[in-house]
Amino acid sequence: MSEKKIKVLIAKPGLDGHDRGAKIVARGLRDAGFEVVYTGLHQTPEEIVATAIQEDVDVIGVSSLAGAHMYLFPRIIELLGEQGADDIPVFGGGIIPEDDIPVLKKAGIREIFTPGTPVEATVNWIREHIAS
Amino acid sequence: MFTEQTLKQVEERRQEWENLLAKTLARAPERRERFSTVSDREIRRIYTPADVSGLDFDRDLSFPGMFPYTRGVQPSMHRGRLWTMRQFAGMGGAEETNARFHYLMGHGETGLSTAFDMPTLMGYDSDSPMARGEVGKCGVAIDTLADMEILFDGIPMDEVTTSMTINPPAAILLAMYIATAEKKGIPREKLGGTIQNDMLKEFIAQKTFMLPPDPSMRIIVDTVEFCTAEVPRWNTISISGYHIREAGSTAVQELAFTLADGLGYVQACIDRGLKVDDFAPRLSFFFNAHVDFFEEIAKYRAARRMWARFMRDRFGARNPRSLLLRFHTQTAGCSLTAQQPYNNVVRTAFQALSAVLGGTQSLHTNSLDETLSLPTEHAVTIALRTQQIIGEEIGVTNTIDPMAGSFFVESLTNEMERAALDYIEKIDDMGGILKAIEVGFPQKEIADAAYTYQKQIDEGEKTIVGVNKYQMDESLKVDLLTIDPAVERRQQQRLAKLKEERDAGRVGACLKAVEDAARGRENLMPHLIEAVKNYVSLQEICDCWRKVYGRYTDPGMF
Repeated sequence: MSEKKIKVLIAKPGLDGHDRGAKIVARGLRDAGFEVVYTGLHQTPEEIVATAIQEDVDVIGVSSLAGAHMYLFPRIIELLGEQGADDIPVFGGGIIPEDDIPVLKKAGIREIFTPGTPVEATVNWIREHIAS
Repeated sequence: MFTEQTLKQVEERRQEWENLLAKTLARAPERRERFSTVSDREIRRIYTPADVSGLDFDRDLSFPGMFPYTRGVQPSMHRGRLWTMRQFAGMGGAEETNARFHYLMGHGETGLSTAFDMPTLMGYDSDSPMARGEVGKCGVAIDTLADMEILFDGIPMDEVTTSMTINPPAAILLAMYIATAEKKGIPREKLGGTIQNDMLKEFIAQKTFMLPPDPSMRIIVDTVEFCTAEVPRWNTISISGYHIREAGSTAVQELAFTLADGLGYVQACIDRGLKVDDFAPRLSFFFNAHVDFFEEIAKYRAARRMWARFMRDRFGARNPRSLLLRFHTQTAGCSLTAQQPYNNVVRTAFQALSAVLGGTQSLHTNSLDETLSLPTEHAVTIALRTQQIIGEEIGVTNTIDPMAGSFFVESLTNEMERAALDYIEKIDDMGGILKAIEVGFPQKEIADAAYTYQKQIDEGEKTIVGVNKYQMDESLKVDLLTIDPAVERRQQQRLAKLKEERDAGRVGACLKAVEDAARGRENLMPHLIEAVKNYVSLQEICDCWRKVYGRYTDPGMF
């Protein structure tokens, strides 16, 4: 019997349109054997959380390159909590200044991947930390 | 350009050299099996007259300012006037950005370039729930004419040209610019500048979209028609390859899709009934300067030659100014690294040099910290100084098109032209760029190229210094610019106050006029100018458009 695939939601919160990184990660994770759902652009935190619950994903990856991560990422954590879905871990990526990383982690973002991270590093992190 | 005799001699010498080379390679093989550009275009070991034997000086190169403009659009190029040094700037509110404008102009900048925040770019005011956490973050927040008046306070709008990087609401920002100038007593025919106004590349690459493609094109053609008649010094569309490249395309894809977009706009304007020689001189272009030095220079040269031929042969343009591909360049943001960020100064300098050698009319050099945040004053000063060093110290502007005649550069220019023409033929066969976008053709090509490149990086096939080679533990930290969250509150308060004070009756009438024009065929621009003068907000107009035309949403392919 085959093992159930880990299901990942890759999400683009906010108005930022930079989707190169999100799409590369989505494709890389799919090639690595995960099941990947991509939200497409311009999603509100509410929409992302609803999709995550509806699709019953194991983990959410959020990407932001336009400076609004300090509002959008913690807001997603907050909403997951409100919906009783705080068992879904969230990781983030994009243009995230170093000083913001500990603040985001304190808010509940499990890991942050900054530019230059090989796709493999994200793959490995999910394998190590997420159970399907 | 070479006689049979010369080519024969070259072939003989080549045989000699191959023998010599074989011995060297037997002792010491080359560093790699295959050498290729950052776009994965294979580069040969050496180039000789044989690689450009078909090149005809008169037909393919000629002189600057002369058809086919391969060597530059003006007869004197940078010996006459250096390119416009135009640093993209915008952060926080209008006050902060106005201060940055004055700082840059005080340090020798010669043109302004405005970056807007995401809500403004997407047609939302600062008080919209969609704007939460994003106000002023990656550019300046503009809700109404009141903000615009602060932004251009003390700026001589009849002397300085201003570029505004804005797309879905471009027509509204243009209306605000005209209204601001007219309030200062400057007539619209005196205004010079550029709105990006290029929605095709938004659907393809940058993804700042609001309305579906057809109404987006209609609004763009309205701006072209209006400016042709009333704002004759305004560049109506900045046809942009920059974002296509940043999204991960190859250099050839950037060249091909940008020109295909340009052809799409020209056709749309002709379909409206405009005469090509009336509006084409005010179309301009915007390219990326990526890390592969020669490939970039070849790209700019090929672009000029291709555009001139398309305009003459496909559209029958006769005004020489219609044939000119004038372009702005920005160094490649995506090439900058968060690791060892001071290396970015070096990357940017080489990229800027390729743009200058490629004959750019205007240039933005990225700041070393732009992979982390908006640039600090210190970082942007180094970026501006980089341009000044290229222009005034290192001698590269002494002669025009110094790369011409290089067997390699000419051969690469020809190859890239051929490859880009193949793409354009494919797009023509699909029925034009709008149809190609509809089926996701350019989007898919770019995503594939981006993924291939990432794999090459991950596997070490391509090097990024400090990222996949020569890494180090860093203690070096750069100071970063942060945007005060108070900007969002200040912006919301200003808007709330303004909405109370303005004449609600006139606002309603203006919006009705905009809606009627949007539903009908009348040009929108006069109604937009009237609306913004009455302090109708950006979002109020965009909501009206969204109501009339519907929204475009991301198909989310990956």
